[in-house]
Amino acid sequence: MTDATASNAPDYKPHGASLLEQTSRTRRRNAAEARFRAYGLMAIGAGILALLLLLGSILGNGLGAFQQTFITLNVELTEAKLDKNGNRNLDDMKKVSTFGYTPLIKTAMVAAMAEKGIKIEGLSDKDAAALVSKDAAAQLRDFVLANPELIGETLEFTFLANGRIDGYFKGRVSMESAELDSNISPQQLQLADALRDADLLEKRFNTGFLTAPDASENRPEAAGLGVAILGSLYMMIVVLVLALPIGVAASIYLEEFAPKNRWTDLIEVNISNLAAVPSIVFGILGLAIFINFAGLPQSAPIVGGLVLTLMTLPTIIIATRASLKSVPPSIRDAALGVGASKMQSVFHHVLPLAAPGILTGTIIGLAQALGETAPLLLIGMVAFVREYPAGPPEGFFDPASALPVQIYNWTQRADPAFVERASGAIIVLLIFLVFMNAVAIMLRRRFERRW
Amino acid sequence: MNDMRITERNVDANAIKIAARNCQVYYGDTHAIKDVDVDIRDKTVTAFIGPSGCGKSTFLRCLNRMNDTIDVCRVEGDIRLDGEDIYDAKVDPVQLRAKVGMVFQKPNPFPKSIYDNIAYGPRIHGLARNKAELDEIVEKSLRRGAIWDEVKDRLDAPGTGLSGGQQQRLCIARAIATEPEVLLMDEPCSALDPIATAQVEELIDELRQDYSVVIVTHSMQQAARVSQKTAFFHLGNLVEYGDTGQIFTNPHDKRTEAYITGRIG
Repeated sequence: MTDATASNAPDYKPHGASLLEQTSRTRRRNAAEARFRAYGLMAIGAGILALLLLLGSILGNGLGAFQQTFITLNVELTEAKLDKNGNRNLDDMKKVSTFGYTPLIKTAMVAAMAEKGIKIEGLSDKDAAALVSKDAAAQLRDFVLANPELIGETLEFTFLANGRIDGYFKGRVSMESAELDSNISPQQLQLADALRDADLLEKRFNTGFLTAPDASENRPEAAGLGVAILGSLYMMIVVLVLALPIGVAASIYLEEFAPKNRWTDLIEVNISNLAAVPSIVFGILGLAIFINFAGLPQSAPIVGGLVLTLMTLPTIIIATRASLKSVPPSIRDAALGVGASKMQSVFHHVLPLAAPGILTGTIIGLAQALGETAPLLLIGMVAFVREYPAGPPEGFFDPASALPVQIYNWTQRADPAFVERASGAIIVLLIFLVFMNAVAIMLRRRFERRW
Repeated sequence: MNDMRITERNVDANAIKIAARNCQVYYGDTHAIKDVDVDIRDKTVTAFIGPSGCGKSTFLRCLNRMNDTIDVCRVEGDIRLDGEDIYDAKVDPVQLRAKVGMVFQKPNPFPKSIYDNIAYGPRIHGLARNKAELDEIVEKSLRRGAIWDEVKDRLDAPGTGLSGGQQQRLCIARAIATEPEVLLMDEPCSALDPIATAQVEELIDELRQDYSVVIVTHSMQQAARVSQKTAFFHLGNLVEYGDTGQIFTNPHDKRTEAYITGRIG
């Protein structure tokens, strides 16, 4: 074809500029578009960078909390000290406090050092025993009271190491810092090294972090999330049981049945406003109504759950209404057209189609409630709780903690070991949140239908 | 094309099924339907024609009280089905809609299986005592809807997976599954291609044996093809109502003539 062009080319008479050259207007528009793309990429890059920094810092600080240093000792349960009368009477044995058990650990530590031939200059027996957590005596006492028949025997126990020793193996404590630290000495660290070489001391996964209750300022190594996880779980149950039916019923009524008039408009505006109310205000409301007026116990998951229900309801109602609205009206017409009642059309056709959206909204509301701290501080869930709440339903009225409150609590404590524990707790909370969001996405995928 | 398939022009011998007298419809302050008087006869196809926004669909939806679902809509006047006022306070619209079925402009099958689409109406109205009876109703309805042969092997497939024409015939089958006495069709072919339209029109002609069919259509050829009676609406008024042949060949009103010849619309 091309060879004919020279002679046979039609006589083109272009009106404007050539298409092969960009006009200045086009160039400006293209440049503006390129700039906008660059801004967008930068914004996304900044977001990803911030996320990576956040995850990096939390994981860097917190992963250590899942590992803990343990010391294994052979402890002789001396009858003379634990049960002076020798009749295994539990009431008498309970009179021996944890202070009565401390010498046993000291003896065991000295014996272990002698057996392995460890000698550290300038280290007293008391300081050597201090490598073991202060929690160990309580652990020993609980064991003896549970198994009184084993008194008199020598048994192998695994104790938590002191928080500083644990910090030494995680790089938080060094020989230099120990010089300046009144709680730990370089000699103790030398002993810790020696014990590790003798296989009496090792670092391994710490289930206690997930199951144990909180511990006092002085024993960060024993602090765990057990009570907080249980408290959060109970609150989520309360929120789910109350917020889902109330929220869905309210949305269905407002969206499908309520007449459109000034009152429903007012209700609608107020629901949207409630979603924007600062959460601490709900805490004050809960304190005034549920605790002061209704007389429910403080620090109880039931109160926390009620407050979080109030807070979550607007989120669930808004999400549910949006997903009900997104069901095409032709489906309602079709159902009404074959003689279904209003309620049949809603429950047989509209609700199943809206279900994925409702579930997603509910789970996102729950996730929001799970991470909420401020209202819980006001209703007393910030208290130091060491007792596990009972099983449901009585447990809903027992004092408990909650995951975000536990994090808040730990960040306020002086011992640096709690920084690690707080970050570890954040990781646990994030895992729960990611899990819940994953469930939301899965449900949406699973139930999503086309029409 | 057999454009003027008007076989039975004299249908006035059939009983009056629906009688509307002095019917007014308001949307808020807008007076959408004014003083409509019409008699719809049994076993007859009645077509409503008219330009867009003239109120033909609104009036159609009055006949099974679908307008109840619109908050601002208000209906006045007297509409009787077999002599009973359908807007009487004692009438439950749900019972009315079981008697007066409806097919919509856009095919709107439920996002369920073909079987469940048909079985839904009979189920909620308790028309079948057991599974075998329900199966029978489903087969009968699909056969009457002229779609049985195409779907009999895949009754469990979703109704939304059918083609547009098949979906509309499924919706018609769904509407007749509840054994209505009147079938309202709101532009049932506007979303369909010519072949599917011809199939649906053929189906409408067959349905006339048992039902009173009221069809709203924008296509005058369609009205001429399928209906025996035609009503022409303009600006909310029923301008002219009569035998289809007479309306299309010898309209009495100037506006009808103008619309049919394409001068207004």
